[in-house]
Amino acid sequence: MFSGLMMNTWIAATIVAVIAGVTGFFAVLRGQSFAAHAIPNGAFAGAAGAGLLGLNVIWGLAVFAAGGALGIAALGRRARQDVVTALVLVLMLGLGALFLSFSTEYAEVTYSLLFGEVFGVSSNVILPIAALGIVSIALIALMYRPLLLTSALPEIADARGVSTRRMNLWYLIVMALATSMTVPVVGALLMFALMIGPAATARSFTRRPEQAIALGVAIALATVWAGIAASYRTNWPLGFFVGVIAAGFFLLGQGWTAVRRRGPARRPAPALSPVPLSRTAAWRLIRPPRTPERAVPTRVATARSGKKG
Amino acid sequence: MGHILGYIVEPGLLSSGPVRTAILVGTVVAVTSGVVGVFTVIRGQSFAGHSLADVATTGGAGAFLAGLNQFWGFLLAGVSAAAIMELIGVQRRRGRDVATGVVLGAALGTAALFLYLGTQTSSTTGASFTILFGSMFVISPDTIPALIASGLVALAVVAVLSRMLLLTSLSPELAAARGVPVRAVGAAYLTALAVAVSLSAVVIGAVLSTALLIGPAAAALRISRRPGRAMIAAAAAGTAATWLGILLAYDSSYWPPRGHGWPVSFFVVALVIAGYLLTYARLPGRRRPARGQQGEAEEAPACSPA
Repeated sequence: MFSGLMMNTWIAATIVAVIAGVTGFFAVLRGQSFAAHAIPNGAFAGAAGAGLLGLNVIWGLAVFAAGGALGIAALGRRARQDVVTALVLVLMLGLGALFLSFSTEYAEVTYSLLFGEVFGVSSNVILPIAALGIVSIALIALMYRPLLLTSALPEIADARGVSTRRMNLWYLIVMALATSMTVPVVGALLMFALMIGPAATARSFTRRPEQAIALGVAIALATVWAGIAASYRTNWPLGFFVGVIAAGFFLLGQGWTAVRRRGPARRPAPALSPVPLSRTAAWRLIRPPRTPERAVPTRVATARSGKKG
Repeated sequence: MGHILGYIVEPGLLSSGPVRTAILVGTVVAVTSGVVGVFTVIRGQSFAGHSLADVATTGGAGAFLAGLNQFWGFLLAGVSAAAIMELIGVQRRRGRDVATGVVLGAALGTAALFLYLGTQTSSTTGASFTILFGSMFVISPDTIPALIASGLVALAVVAVLSRMLLLTSLSPELAAARGVPVRAVGAAYLTALAVAVSLSAVVIGAVLSTALLIGPAAAALRISRRPGRAMIAAAAAGTAATWLGILLAYDSSYWPPRGHGWPVSFFVVALVIAGYLLTYARLPGRRRPARGQQGEAEEAPACSPA
C-alpha cells in the first residue's frame, strides 16, 4: 500500500486535497458550486482534444479550464451567472463529445479522465502538480482579504473600491489553474466533490474563515486518504469513495448544526445563514472595532445592531 | 421547404428508420425541455437542472449494469434525486447550491462505481460514452411510447401549474400570502424537471441535456419578457436546433475523418449556443431602451427574497 508507485499516488492526492480544500472554501462562500463543477468538467473536454492532437493532456486541460473561467466571467457580466455557467459548460462538453468521437481509444480515456486514474500517477507528474498547487495557493493568499470581502459582503466591497468583478475573474482563474493539474489525478467529476463537500462541512463547525479553511483542508485530506485506502483494498474507483465520503462528512456537519440549533443556550445556526461569517464578524475582520477614525457606513451600522438585537 | 431541403439533405435521410425516430423523439424532447427550461431559468435553478441530468447518469449506469433499458434508469434516478433535493431544501435560495453539489458528488461517485462494475462484468466498453453523451440514432423503438408519454406528462404538469409556478418563482412571499402551496408547487415542478432532463439525457446524453434545457430558454427570455411567448420561442428554438443537428450529423458522415459521423450532441449544443449568442448581437442595436428593463426582469427573481 505504501510501495514506490503508491507513494506517488499518496503525494499527488495530498497536494490535490490541499488545493481543493483551500479553493473550495471560497467556492462555497461565494456560492459558486456550479462554477466549481463546470470548470473541471469542461476542462475534461480539453484533455480529450489534446489527446486527439497528440499533445500532453495538461495543455488541453489548462486551455479549456482557463477558457471556461474567462467565458463565465465575461458572459456573466450581461446575464445571470448560473445560466452562463451552464452554457459554457455544455459548449465545452459538446466539443469534448466531438473530440472523443474522433478518438479511437475513447472509452478508456473518457473513463479515466472523468473518474480519475489515481493509481497510475507517474513521478514526473508530481512536480508540475506541486508547482501549480503552490502557485494557486499563493495567489489565494495574495488576494485573501479582498477576496474574502467580495465573497462575504459584495456591496461593501464595491463601496470600498474593491472590484467584485475583477476578484471574480481572478478567483475563477485560480480555480482553473487548480483544476487543470488535479483533473488527471482525481478526475473531472470528483474534483468537484472534493472542493464542495469538505468546505461545506467545515462551515458547519466554525465561522472563522481561517479555521474553516484549515478544517476544510483536513477533511479533504481525510476524504482522499480514506478513499485511496479503500480503493486500494477493493479495487473500486476512487471517485466513488471520494463522492460518498464527502457526502458523509457533509451530513455529519448538517447533523451537528441541527443538534446545536436544538440546544438551549445557542444562537440560531450560523452555518446555514446566508452570509457564513455573520456580518458583524466579517466586518470586524476587515476593520477591527477599535479604530473608529473612519465613519462606519450606516448600512453596516444597522446590520451590526440588527444582528446583535 | 421540402424542395430546398431535398438539395441539401443527403438522399435517404427521411426514409431512414433511425433518423425518423430521432426526429420524432428529438422534437418531443426539445419542446419539453424548452418549456420546462423557461421556468428553470426564471427560478435560477440551472445548477439543479444540470445536476439532475448528471445524477440521471447514475441511473443510466445502474440500468446498464442491471441490463435494463437505460431510459428507466435515467427516469428513476432523476425523479428520486429530485425528491432528495427537495428534502434537503433545494427551494431555499441560499445554501441550496452546496446541497445540490454534495448530492451531485455522491451520485457521480456512484455512477463511477456502476460504470466500473459494468465494464468488469461485460466486454462492452463504449457504455460510458453512450450514457454520458447520448446516441440519438440508437434509440430502441419500444421505448418511444414511454419517451413521448413522459414528455407529455411533464408538459401537462407545467401547463397546469404554470400560473402558480410563475407566481412562486417571481415572488414566493406573495404566492404564500395568496394561499399557493409554494413547497408543493416547487416539488411538482422539480419532478417535471427531472422527467424532462431524463428524456433529453437519453437523446443527447446526460451531460449535454443541460444545453437543450437552458440554452433555448435563456435565449428566449432575452428576446421576450412574456413567459408564454418565451416558452413558445424556447420550444421552437430547441426543436430547430435538434432538427438541424440531426441533419448535420447525418450529412457529416461524408465529412473528413472518412466514414465517421460527427456526434449529434455536438451539433445540437453548438447550434443552441450559437442561438444564444445571437441574442446578444441583436439586443444592443434595436432594443437599447428595453434592455435595462429586461435585465431587471431577469434579475428580479434572484434578488426578490430579500
